[in-house]
Amino acid sequence: MASHLQRKLFALVGVAALALTATACKGGNTDTGAKDKLDTPECAAFTDYKGIAGKTVTVYSPIRDADGKLMEDAWKAWADCTGVTVKYEGSAEFEAQIKVRVDGNRAPDVTLIPQPGLLESFAKAGKLKPVGDKTKAMAEKNFTKDWLKYGTVDGKLYGAPLGSNVKSFVWYSPKMFKDNGWTVPTTWAELITLSDKIAGEGKLKPWCAGIGSGDATGWPATDWIEDIVLRDQGPDVYDKWVAHSIPFNGPEITSATDRAGSILKNAAYVNGGYGDVKSIATTTFQDGGLPIVQGKCALHRQASFYANQWPKGTKVAEDGDVFAFYFPAIDPAKGKPVLGGGEFTAAFTDRPEVQAFQTYLASEHYANTRAKTGNWVSANKGLELANVSNPIDKKSVQILQDPATVFRFDGSDLMPATVGAGTFWKGMTDWITGKSTKETLDFIENSWPK
Amino acid sequence: MSFDFAIEGEKLMMLVYGIIGFAAVMGLLLLALGKVDSPKDRWVAIGFLAPAGILLSIGLIYPAIRTLTLSFFDSSSTSFVGLDNYVWMFTHAETRETLRNTALWVLLVPTLSTAVGLLYAVLVDRTRFESFAKSLIFMPMAISFVGAGIIWSFVYAYRPTESDQIGLANQLVVWLGGEPQQWLLEDPWNTMFLIAVLVWIQAGFAMVVLSAAIKAIPSEITEAARLDGVTSSQMFWRVTVPSIRPALIVVLVTISVGTLKVFDVVRTMTGGQFRTSVIANEMYNYAFRYDEDGKGAALAVFLFLLVTPIVFYQVRLVRQRRKEAR
Amino acid sequence: MSSEGRVRKRLTSRTASLVAIVIAVLWTTPTFGLLISSFRPELEIKTNGWWNFFGDPQVTMANYEEVLLNQGLLSYFINSLVITIPSVLFPVAFSAMAAYALAWTRFRGRDWIFIGIFALQIVPLQMALIPMLQMLSPVQEALIWPYPTATVWLAHTCFALPLGIFLLHNFISELPGDVIEAARVDGASHARIFRQVVLPLIVPALASFGIFQFLWVWNDLLVGLVFAGGGPDNAPLTVRLAEMAGSRGQEWQRLTAGAFVSIVVPLIVFLSLQRYFVRGLLAGSVKG
Repeated sequence: MASHLQRKLFALVGVAALALTATACKGGNTDTGAKDKLDTPECAAFTDYKGIAGKTVTVYSPIRDADGKLMEDAWKAWADCTGVTVKYEGSAEFEAQIKVRVDGNRAPDVTLIPQPGLLESFAKAGKLKPVGDKTKAMAEKNFTKDWLKYGTVDGKLYGAPLGSNVKSFVWYSPKMFKDNGWTVPTTWAELITLSDKIAGEGKLKPWCAGIGSGDATGWPATDWIEDIVLRDQGPDVYDKWVAHSIPFNGPEITSATDRAGSILKNAAYVNGGYGDVKSIATTTFQDGGLPIVQGKCALHRQASFYANQWPKGTKVAEDGDVFAFYFPAIDPAKGKPVLGGGEFTAAFTDRPEVQAFQTYLASEHYANTRAKTGNWVSANKGLELANVSNPIDKKSVQILQDPATVFRFDGSDLMPATVGAGTFWKGMTDWITGKSTKETLDFIENSWPK
Repeated sequence: MSFDFAIEGEKLMMLVYGIIGFAAVMGLLLLALGKVDSPKDRWVAIGFLAPAGILLSIGLIYPAIRTLTLSFFDSSSTSFVGLDNYVWMFTHAETRETLRNTALWVLLVPTLSTAVGLLYAVLVDRTRFESFAKSLIFMPMAISFVGAGIIWSFVYAYRPTESDQIGLANQLVVWLGGEPQQWLLEDPWNTMFLIAVLVWIQAGFAMVVLSAAIKAIPSEITEAARLDGVTSSQMFWRVTVPSIRPALIVVLVTISVGTLKVFDVVRTMTGGQFRTSVIANEMYNYAFRYDEDGKGAALAVFLFLLVTPIVFYQVRLVRQRRKEAR
Repeated sequence: MSSEGRVRKRLTSRTASLVAIVIAVLWTTPTFGLLISSFRPELEIKTNGWWNFFGDPQVTMANYEEVLLNQGLLSYFINSLVITIPSVLFPVAFSAMAAYALAWTRFRGRDWIFIGIFALQIVPLQMALIPMLQMLSPVQEALIWPYPTATVWLAHTCFALPLGIFLLHNFISELPGDVIEAARVDGASHARIFRQVVLPLIVPALASFGIFQFLWVWNDLLVGLVFAGGGPDNAPLTVRLAEMAGSRGQEWQRLTAGAFVSIVVPLIVFLSLQRYFVRGLLAGSVKG
């Protein structure tokens, strides 16, 4: 019995050893002398990217599902022509996972990072590589200084801007406005007059909002505050506030927060379709604006990407079911403040194929190709409006390219993560559910890392 | 075409290699252990413990030591700060709130899920539909956290009085003539509602383990009791519970330790807002979202300290068992 | 124990059934609601409760179509199997061996080792990820295998061992000592006792630990994400399903169907392992 078992075991071990040898032999082939197709006519646009065929670039970002697919489609032609394999991975857990991977020595080659604050901390820790000269030249050609500065750390460019979004939008129903004889407000005063009017008529509440977002609950409220700091105090105060050279609980931010409160915490104004002020905290951001299509709410301040949240079959256009207008300035003489966000292409390695990929993503060719695949906006100056697919994206691009625009990046993505992804969110949630402005701002100020 | 037989085949081969390799390791190990066997057990014991020991060292012991070290360093893990992170932890304004919530979780989840699991296991034992009935309670365990999150957001969802409710809890309230509530907003009730979610998940675990233990009670004992004419409740308290005491302790301890660590429910349902946060959630936030490695590590060490009472209890239990065995 | 006793007994058994039914209903209703929701159109899911389905049944397969016909789902399914099977086998076997050694071999310090392993249960998975990645990356490179699956197995095994050893130790140490002593006296080696005496006796315990380890691995998102990555080459089903909600969660209604697609396999495993929980297998082995 024992010897029978022994024989069986030795046979097993033998098979295992054979299997492992077979595996080891297979592992050896990485470069099979792949060729590019740069001499074919359809690849004429990519002749600058020679000599990188057969290589692989890994990319990691929070962009996933349909958006990720559209993006992969957009760089496919480049990859096919140059012979580079682009391995893309998008994840909902990006913010925490990228840190785990970098610290665990499994960093991707390229990351499309939406938080300049995170980019800065990786750059300062010496993990990121500054972009190559070609990428730098390409980025400087296609993006304004406003944008480049968010990808720059200690004078070196680490991330070339890629996509963008515009957050200073108020969603509304053109049909509802037409039926009621309301007009789209172009100044802050008109916006308040309209809100009062809708509230006075008593048929529906003028505003609806939702700041619930699972573990990121509170972020839509921080966007509100940022947008209003830009309007109430101007871009210079905004920059100081984000850099913490003025305190979070000083008079400037207090004034702006109270102004936001005059809408968000005004029981006559909110929360259309959902109930009282507190219901803003438990309504998810995805649901926040839906009462507009149900005729229970008139206005919803949310970014351009909210276009994806409307139920299927909703027409998003100036003459459609829903559309958005620019969140008006308080003092138009000071220019047109625009709050927004976007991603930056940063790299943890500096192999030639990685830098070539970075350069391509910063190019106007990529911007236009990506815009044609749909559902995308960029501040890339080479992006032609004709290639942008839908009305809301067109409007966003117009705003981003407008010379009067004063663009500022989402402040919570620039602040230290303890505040920008922690106490700012938490503070605003508590503020919505009843805490006073002073208590809230004191709490956030005290949490700022010393 | 997205389905490539070559690639899938390669993956399945990986599975086969893995199992063959595993069988080879196990087989060789047991073979070798059979050879070195002697009246002195030490070498045999080392052999039996080796696979687990090696994996535990790299997988848990080394990380635990690293976490302990990190907790004495600053946020970027570069300079030594002594006990600063611990001082911060106890002076931090929200610590009281997270401690209170953690205590609620650790007290309620194990007791409630064990109680429900045990009751149900006893009730359906030896009934005609036992297998089906058990799979109903087991189902929540089989659903991923993503699924559980959606299920419970459908239960707690809030809509104002005048519109249609989409949450079951509020619909029941409305049917009974009440006002819809925002369940997840007001503390400490919101923590109770979150606890209900974990009880819902863990009761299945308790039920399966306890049911196996109940089945292991020798039938002579139950038959004898039955002949003595005991009632069902007497049978439960005097026969069933004492016979499965070891299994009960295992279940309570396992769920307690699991509950201390768990934060998925809190994170996906409220993100720790509305005063619902627990220590494990704060640990995750500091270590992974706020880039404050030192503080996150200190919170993890604190969690470890919280489990020491259970460890001491285990020490006592093991000693007792030894004495009985002698 | 006259007629009065018999009446009371019937009453308690009636309340007993009632209590069991109440628990079953409470525990099933939320899931049942999700099942109904998974067949409802998106707009209906998002604007009114699932019980309205009975008044106004609108059935759509759209959610299931999105999930099932999604490109490459089968591929992720295979990944999940390739990850899960060894990740259950390894810890069950290693835990059983370690638990046996801790219960039935004699050497100094074994109780302290057991307590130490028990205490390791509390090490949070999240804190262990980074150091483990650092240690396992060289292992993977040494294996020259293009798939990181082996590291996923090892990671899952590490995290499962403390609980596994704790659970199985409790069963194994309850086995009757005289059986094992007798075998020792007959000259059987520990390896042989483990294989021929202990393993057959602890099948129910192995099955229940196996079920939970299976569930944990099958539903795991974090370890899969960290060690296998999110690509179709290695990532498990959970990773793909979580992604389907869209970049900004706008398509979360797909997850209603996703939850039921991924629940099928664990339920089959549970139902098929149920037969190992048979009465009497451990009978006579309990002390006293």
